[in-house]
Amino acid sequence: MLDILLPILIFSALALAAIGAVRRIRLWRQGRPSPVPVIRGLAAVPRRYLVDLHHVVARDKVMSSTHVATAGGFVAAMALAIVVHGLGLAEGVLGWLLLAASATMFVGSLFVARRRINPPARLSKGPWMRLPKSLMAFSLGIFVATLPAVGVLPPDAGGWLVAVLLAAAVAWGLAELVFGMTWGGPMKHAFAGALHLAFHRRAERFSTAAGPGRRSTGLKALDLDDAEAPLGVETPADFTWNQLLGFDACVQCGRCEAVCPAFAAGQPLNPKKLVQDMVVGMAGGSDAAYAGSPYPGKAVGEHAGDPHGPIVAREGTALVDAETLWSCTTCRACVEECPMMIEHVDAIVDMRRFLTLEHGNTPNKGAEVLDNLIATDNPGGFDPGSRLHWAADLELPLMAERGEAQVLLWLGDGVFDMRNQRTLRALVKVLRAAGVDFAVLGNEERDSGDVARRLGDEATFQSLARRNIATLAQYRFDRIVTCDPHSFHVLANEYGELGGNYEVSHHSTYINELLEAGWLSLKASRLGRVTYHDPCYLGRYNGEYAAPRAVLDALGVERVEMARSGYRSRCCGGGGGAPITDIPGKQRIPDMRMNDVSETGADLVAVGCPQCTAMLEGVVAEDRAVVKDIAELVADALDESAPAKDRRRVTEEEAA
Amino acid sequence: MPHETTKNAAGALDVAVLVSIGRHPVTGRTRRADQDARAVEAALALDHARVQLIHAGHHETDSEAALRGYLGMGFEALTLIEQAGDADVLPALTDALREAPPRLLLCGTRAETGEGSGLLPYLLAESLGWPIVTGLAEIERVEPEHVTLLQALPRGQRRRLRLRLPAVITVDEAAPAPRQSAFGPARRGALAVSEQASRPDTALADWTLEPARPRPKRLKVVKAASARDRFKAAAAKAEGGGGQVLTDATPEQGAEAIFKLLHEEGVLRR
Ligand code: SF4
Ligand code: SF4
Repeated sequence: MLDILLPILIFSALALAAIGAVRRIRLWRQGRPSPVPVIRGLAAVPRRYLVDLHHVVARDKVMSSTHVATAGGFVAAMALAIVVHGLGLAEGVLGWLLLAASATMFVGSLFVARRRINPPARLSKGPWMRLPKSLMAFSLGIFVATLPAVGVLPPDAGGWLVAVLLAAAVAWGLAELVFGMTWGGPMKHAFAGALHLAFHRRAERFSTAAGPGRRSTGLKALDLDDAEAPLGVETPADFTWNQLLGFDACVQCGRCEAVCPAFAAGQPLNPKKLVQDMVVGMAGGSDAAYAGSPYPGKAVGEHAGDPHGPIVAREGTALVDAETLWSCTTCRACVEECPMMIEHVDAIVDMRRFLTLEHGNTPNKGAEVLDNLIATDNPGGFDPGSRLHWAADLELPLMAERGEAQVLLWLGDGVFDMRNQRTLRALVKVLRAAGVDFAVLGNEERDSGDVARRLGDEATFQSLARRNIATLAQYRFDRIVTCDPHSFHVLANEYGELGGNYEVSHHSTYINELLEAGWLSLKASRLGRVTYHDPCYLGRYNGEYAAPRAVLDALGVERVEMARSGYRSRCCGGGGGAPITDIPGKQRIPDMRMNDVSETGADLVAVGCPQCTAMLEGVVAEDRAVVKDIAELVADALDESAPAKDRRRVTEEEAA
Repeated sequence: MPHETTKNAAGALDVAVLVSIGRHPVTGRTRRADQDARAVEAALALDHARVQLIHAGHHETDSEAALRGYLGMGFEALTLIEQAGDADVLPALTDALREAPPRLLLCGTRAETGEGSGLLPYLLAESLGWPIVTGLAEIERVEPEHVTLLQALPRGQRRRLRLRLPAVITVDEAAPAPRQSAFGPARRGALAVSEQASRPDTALADWTLEPARPRPKRLKVVKAASARDRFKAAAAKAEGGGGQVLTDATPEQGAEAIFKLLHEEGVLRR
């Protein structure tokens, strides 16, 4: 009896899956075009899955083994079941292999079940709670049904009742695992996830046979010359089709939620929910079926949308509220953790672009800052002719007078801020002590455009960027050094698309090179315990975790690490224009970060970013650790009795 | 095309807002003028209104960006009365407004470029024969023949006025800040050219224009022993000293008093 039922079940499940796949693909294709290499993309899936995706999943060892056993077991079992039961070819080892595969899958499903006993808050409940049972039903059903095929049990053992029960178990499993994959059940992540890996919008993120993937963090430019091109994303269908596909790949694991600083601060943002809302929007409907943590302070079930309706309503509610989008600090913690390689920040900025460029609705100080950037090239509205007032006594060499230098020192808007001026003075002192040949743009420098871009004002970003690129094009320099990771990121990763390609170094990287080359001599430090706060735009955006630590070690401090450091560093709350849009929450992100600092017992937290300095130093707490920039620490430790070195180009050329 | 602040514009009030080219106080870059933008905002805040933007002046690339700043507040078009560089825009504006008179005319109190004397609204009101109110804080109610508004007075005081339409109302910093100008509508909006003869400003030709120099401020010396005194001094009303309030005075008496004061202050010399 089973040998009749099983082929029918298997082939009808496959047929239903195929129909579902077509429907699902249609949903994605509502999005805007985005050309991808189809064959090459599909061919890259196994590698991207096994290497890149598992690199992220493997940060949780138990979960990664569970996934390998369950998913690997399932893929093997399903393929073999088609051959063994579907086509009735049980000869030789095939049947035994199927037994092994379903047994492996069953073991995996036990771990999945254990995970679901007291699931952490970040996991979604709802249909996800039945998944382990479905996995068990399928693996057990197939296992037992295969026993007669290999001759362990006599055919028709147990009579028709057992046969019907087995068929029912297999049918349940097939429903969840095969056509549930394309009809929107929890297993959708496998189908959408595989195709997302194939057609990812940032293919350069993935490793190839030639080597590891590249960090790909620069936002993509809007085409402003084309008056017809939409300005950002208004409706779900305004995303590119592969962005929609990406949202659909989400497994609701909540890793993004667990690391999101805005969520932890009780601001109305949860990256997982945001991705799910986009899925709701692309299919049309309400978020009532969502079974995970909501946006803090916002009940589930009150928002709805459709593929061609607005995501954010001008008045009232639609799919997502504007304040959700404005809560994000663009720290990329979510992207870093997401095992499905979903690009939350791209999506958030896409939607912000529409709000700013079409609605003119940048909240709080947003409009004022953007107006200042337009009128004065800096966010504070200061006189652009006063950029060097802080350095009146330093006689900084100007590019306009020199024309060339080895290092172009990019000062950033910190020139207008008294706190950051101290950092800049320290950096100048260090560069001079090392005899570095450097020059600054002075009043010719403008805001890099970072804040404008994160606030969605692509027009102002491009205007600033193009003028900066034109200025930089007049001068000759080997590289740009800056103490502002935001300028660093924009200059290094976002100007390229507009025609500006530079070698850029963060000052910590550069100081470390100077130390390694022996151009700086330091006195023994009297600093005690020091911890280091990784700026998002230096770490996750640019992968520089080592140099600042090397500098601290060279200073001879006792370096302690916070629980969340390196690629898991928690944002200071200062990125993405978040202090400007200032969406209220239950607590402040910098307060949480200073708590992390005090947990280490450090008396001093070293930073490498003017935003971080401002945010962390703004924290009012008893016995708060001192906040100092790496440049200040090095400047304080300079051994001024050592002879100054002259490292100008001339001497180098003479030496060579 | 005028911007309608309601879907159902039947019986809506026709409002025209005069907008000029602004200049940023720090960098001198052209922009939407702040007070004019506030006037636009006040118009957009009206419940039933058909709002039209009008600019009269010499048109250049620089000024286009500034005008588009107003379009970015949510307008599909702006009426542009093109004038020669040396033109006096008053006659052209008067003619245009006579041809298609709005019920309410809003504008900033003074321009950020050009003469910036703040006289234009008065001259317009005079030549149109309409009443004028300055320093709008808020328009409270619009009736077919009247408008009720709050006028801003020094130190946060407000005066409620009921005004017969049509009328000119000028707006300064007391009115709510203008909404953000969005790039999309600013780029899409049309500049609809309306033809008016351009008459040269003969008086202007005799003037010498030079950049303003910052004038020294009169220092207010506060001799305060305590923080309380300092606060009181800071919060105190500016004292006019020898001020004089004339009630029920004839125009001659009023003129005489002003004349005397100007002499005392050394503004007029014999
Ligand atoms: S970028 Fe940071 S703040 Fe924004 S959603 Fe991701 S984790 Fe949250
Ligand atoms: S977006 Fe990524 S990290 Fe967040 S729940 Fe979905 S799969 Fe997990």
